[in-house]
Amino acid sequence: MSGGLGNLIKTLQIDTRLLGMIGAFIVISLVFHIATGGTFLTPRNLFTLTLQTASVAVMATGMVFVIVTRNIDLSIGSMLGIIGMLMGVIQVQILPDFLGFGNPAIWIITVLIGLLLGAAIGAFQGWLIGYLVIPSFIVTLGGLLIWRGGAWWVSKGTTISPLDPNFIKLGGASGTIGVTASWALAIVGSVLTIIFLINTRRKHISHGFAVKPVWAEYALGAILVGTISGITAIMNAYLIPTRILERRFTAEGLEMPEGYTEAYGFPISVLIVLFVTIAMTVVARKTRFGRYVFAMGGNPDAAELSGINTRKLTVKVFALMGALTAIAAVIASARLGSAGSSLGELDELRVIAAAVIGGTALAGGVGTIYGAILGALIMQALVSGMGMVGVDSPLQNMIVGGVLILAVWIDIIYRRKTGDA
Amino acid sequence: MSTPLLEMRNISIHFGGIKAVDDVSIDVMPGEVVGLLGHNGAGKSTLIKILSGAYKKDAGEIFVDGKKVEIHSPIDAREHNIETIYQTLALSDNLDAASNLFLGREITTKFGLVDDTAMEAESRKIMARLNPNFQRFSEPVRSLSGGQRQSVAIARAVYFNARILIMDEPTAALGVHETAMVADLIKELKAQGLGIFLISHDTREMMELCDRVSVMKNGKLIGTERVEDVTEDDILSMIIMGKNPKQAA
Repeated sequence: MSGGLGNLIKTLQIDTRLLGMIGAFIVISLVFHIATGGTFLTPRNLFTLTLQTASVAVMATGMVFVIVTRNIDLSIGSMLGIIGMLMGVIQVQILPDFLGFGNPAIWIITVLIGLLLGAAIGAFQGWLIGYLVIPSFIVTLGGLLIWRGGAWWVSKGTTISPLDPNFIKLGGASGTIGVTASWALAIVGSVLTIIFLINTRRKHISHGFAVKPVWAEYALGAILVGTISGITAIMNAYLIPTRILERRFTAEGLEMPEGYTEAYGFPISVLIVLFVTIAMTVVARKTRFGRYVFAMGGNPDAAELSGINTRKLTVKVFALMGALTAIAAVIASARLGSAGSSLGELDELRVIAAAVIGGTALAGGVGTIYGAILGALIMQALVSGMGMVGVDSPLQNMIVGGVLILAVWIDIIYRRKTGDA
Repeated sequence: MSTPLLEMRNISIHFGGIKAVDDVSIDVMPGEVVGLLGHNGAGKSTLIKILSGAYKKDAGEIFVDGKKVEIHSPIDAREHNIETIYQTLALSDNLDAASNLFLGREITTKFGLVDDTAMEAESRKIMARLNPNFQRFSEPVRSLSGGQRQSVAIARAVYFNARILIMDEPTAALGVHETAMVADLIKELKAQGLGIFLISHDTREMMELCDRVSVMKNGKLIGTERVEDVTEDDILSMIIMGKNPKQAA
């Protein structure tokens, strides 16, 4: 039986680590579903869960690159804080004076400045690490203190709110694309997935490589399309509460029809995560930059001798981490609708934990983007599940800490067994 | 006398106060194997790393086909078709054979993305020539045997039309059979007209494979001799005593 299943997994060429993480997520979800008397695995809760995971997930993809190159970034929580704060000041206190309140250019300019700021801070830290050869642990530990202090200094301890109404749509339940657009997106995604599978197969055949049996390709396609449809169905099953709909109709001076319902569909922030995940996966696997990141992680000397400029690469990796942190700052502050000076506090630890639970090895050279995303999801499921069950917050932290250590231990055993080092 | 394929003239480099290489000149002709001998720390690897672009020399000149060239980085060395197989193999253990073979010189698609399928196909072609038994193309090289890893390192040097090949202890980590395989390969490449610098501790192996040997001690060149003109004992005494018995005689 287990042999048959093993063969099936092998034929489909599915990563067993991925299966393990999905399994862990399902087990955690089921346990909480039972413990909460059936409220965990509901469209509403899963919708909220993805919203809560979004900002950590975005940063976790960048942290994979940082850790793969044998570095660490402890500054991202504080960076998120100061970037969020500066974006808050720009969109609330500066731009409306020039453009007028609610001008759609406000959010665009704000986000662009945020991205530049993130990339610049990251690149600067990367330069200290790559060119001045100061250990990343120290540079980013310094960054953790400096940028958090900076956030307080900019805000003088106050919270900036409310943020620009268009900006807020990038973070939470107020910015969703609705049922029709969600399904349209799912169809586009499914078609692209199938085209990708067919192309890969064609290419392998043209070079005379071994390919999966045809039924396995169909099965894989079915699993992927099924997953896309399933997630879309969940997002489209969460109905907007009636009183919110009523308020919207009233605002337009209309009467809401009896029995009218509308679902949320995909939140924009979750679409951002999807986009970042796909983009970062392509960067990791299909670009020279990504290849060099992993080469440097596997053997920095070999990378250098192959003509790779590892110093410059370090700057780029940290600049990318900074830009992703800026995206996370947009999502996090937009979700809360405000920018407080403690925004992003302890996020660095959540992000590192997500990457590590997702199979990124601190020794460098090994890690996947999808693993980090799943790691973030598992962490958030644990935290919000425990919150729903009513576990005290100190105990929550203790359990999350234990799970982190356990996950890494399981990973070590897995690697030893598969000879995956 | 014809022009050497490559000549290093009066090369010096120092680290801190120590002269690791002190005014050393060596050369190699097309289709020739020149051995570099000496104790650990004699300066062989340092000299060779200057040629492969890993270190920057403090003094001296390098000529390819009689023309002076500047080598400041591994990329410069590659542009002059100088390829190196390092003692430590210089492979990224976490990447597969094809990724290592093309590291720094990836084949890309028209969209600028790395083309793994094409690189694997090319790797299969060159491996079929070098080591027909090699089949593990999709596994990280860490799971390969010493000989298989060596094949990857050699394939990487040979694939890109090397004219000058530097081999730093190519057989140090290998078994008897694999060592013989590397020796055959060296003879084949030599027949193709490559100039090869070979570093090894095994004097007997060097006598068999090399046309000439250069002996270094404490960063200085003791002497360069044709192998047929010297005995193994002569070479050993050059390595140990730092004196050239032929010049003394």
